[in-house]
Amino acid sequence: MAGLPDAPDILRDSAYALSSPDSANAAHPTVGDVEIKNYTINFGPQHPAAHGVLRLVLELDGEIVERVDPHVGLLHRGTEKLMESRPYLQNIPYFDRFDYCSPLCMEHSFVLGIEKLMGLEVPERGQYLRVLFAELTRISNHLLNLGSHIMDVGAMTPNLWLFEAREDTYGFFERASGARMHMNWMRPGGVHQDVPLKLLTDIGDWLDGRFKRLFEDAISLVADNRIFKQRNVDIGIVSRDDAIAWGFSGPMIRAAGVPWDIRRAQPYDVYDRMEFDIPVGTRGDCYDRFMVRVEEVRQSARIIKQCLSQMPEGPVLTTDRKAAPPRRGEMKRSMEALIHHFKLYTEGFHVPAGEVYVATESPKGEFGVYIVADGTNKPYRVKVRPTAFSHLQAMDFMMKGHMLADTTAILSAIDIVFGECDR
Amino acid sequence: MSIGYYIKSFTLWELLKGHALTLQYFFRKKATINYPFEKNPLSPRFRGEHALRRYPNGEERCIACKLCEAICPAQAITIEAEPRDDGSRRTTRYDIDMTKCIFCGFCQEACPVDAIVEGPNFEYATETREELIYDKGKLLDNGDRWEGAIAASLAADAPYR
Repeated sequence: MAGLPDAPDILRDSAYALSSPDSANAAHPTVGDVEIKNYTINFGPQHPAAHGVLRLVLELDGEIVERVDPHVGLLHRGTEKLMESRPYLQNIPYFDRFDYCSPLCMEHSFVLGIEKLMGLEVPERGQYLRVLFAELTRISNHLLNLGSHIMDVGAMTPNLWLFEAREDTYGFFERASGARMHMNWMRPGGVHQDVPLKLLTDIGDWLDGRFKRLFEDAISLVADNRIFKQRNVDIGIVSRDDAIAWGFSGPMIRAAGVPWDIRRAQPYDVYDRMEFDIPVGTRGDCYDRFMVRVEEVRQSARIIKQCLSQMPEGPVLTTDRKAAPPRRGEMKRSMEALIHHFKLYTEGFHVPAGEVYVATESPKGEFGVYIVADGTNKPYRVKVRPTAFSHLQAMDFMMKGHMLADTTAILSAIDIVFGECDR
Repeated sequence: MSIGYYIKSFTLWELLKGHALTLQYFFRKKATINYPFEKNPLSPRFRGEHALRRYPNGEERCIACKLCEAICPAQAITIEAEPRDDGSRRTTRYDIDMTKCIFCGFCQEACPVDAIVEGPNFEYATETREELIYDKGKLLDNGDRWEGAIAASLAADAPYR
């Protein structure tokens, strides 16, 4: 091998030499020489690791990713436009369908925006319930993401255990709202229904018992595992400055070392009364993003326990009859309440003219809603600021130079859901 | 780097620990259920297949106020009504397009007489699309079939409604 030229020529010439009985041709590299070019492949839109309907056009040099071109819009449903033709209340179910892995956090932004425009006061118990279920949603979302991230890099078992715990959270959502996934439970001025005491105690028991066991067991399988580390450490590094420049938020920016959390920076509802830590990463790689989410799950459990111990008794929905319908018992007895009921379920409430941008810390990052109200019962315009869009635009710069197999690790560490990205 | 690190590294310690843990789970109770024969519990609030209820004397509850039609975000409900011979206002047509319905629960929330409810049934898959366009007869039939479960759910949830 000593006398042969540098590596690419070895490959070319030896490949030719194998196919040719005349070894003397090796001296003439132009004969039968093949130009090796970068080639382009489609990753998705029908690919289980694409986390939905993402189409990545990858330009590969061998197995090295040279360029990534994410194509979005395959799940575009025109939700923002549809919302302009419906009263505010009927738009809440649409928010469930943005990020369908964390529906209550999506509703949270929207109802907070309406409340800000109308100047509604939310009863304390309603605020606590919202925070409690927003954090339960965060746990449920992270369980899905951590599990599928582990599975994308090759391990199966933790995903099944985390799904077992996630199934329990869906049971809790069903007991609170009547639906496992698209809850439609938050309302401007509070939440739709109070929850039974048994549900709250069950959540507390679950956090200390079954959930803790399943979650810590599943994470202990991978957190120190050398195979998992090889697939994640130093993959998709984003520096602190880059993370800020690309508009990252949520676990993506915290993994890069910026302790930015809207729950702390601009507390909404009762988050200012909660004690919790903001985990940050040091290197900004996929492993840091994974571990930041793991710690966030533990912090969410901490917040839920504080909610459970601090939650007062009282109403859960505002008593402003121009915004929220009366309770059923009242509606069946009082004529005035019945009139309010009919008015609110046909015409809906009117929101004073104005515009508002409300952002909440959804499990995936900053989820913002910009509402322009013109004083009628329907929004003039609703613009949604999805978390995934700004993370997706950084795909090219995060993946450049990595191997093809690392694209799935980077993609799942972004935690992307196309319901909100494409809207 | 301590000596313990190298020992753990060469003995594949964390992999062995993981295998021991998964072996424990192998002998534990299974998390899966045998679905058509076993089902997860449902809460009284579960929003499943729709049903139109009747009063105990057999009279249908719906008074054709059309609140459910107005609130439905998917516009899946169609109602036509006229006065009956006895002077009471009742629907002549009550259709729900179950392929449009998003199960948000607004119809049962809006109904002032608890006529339209989303019952506990979630096993109503059909072979054709047409079968999922429910008319009044089908909905009343559902109501008669599920009345026991629906009444129990409503009673259990009454303090919170």
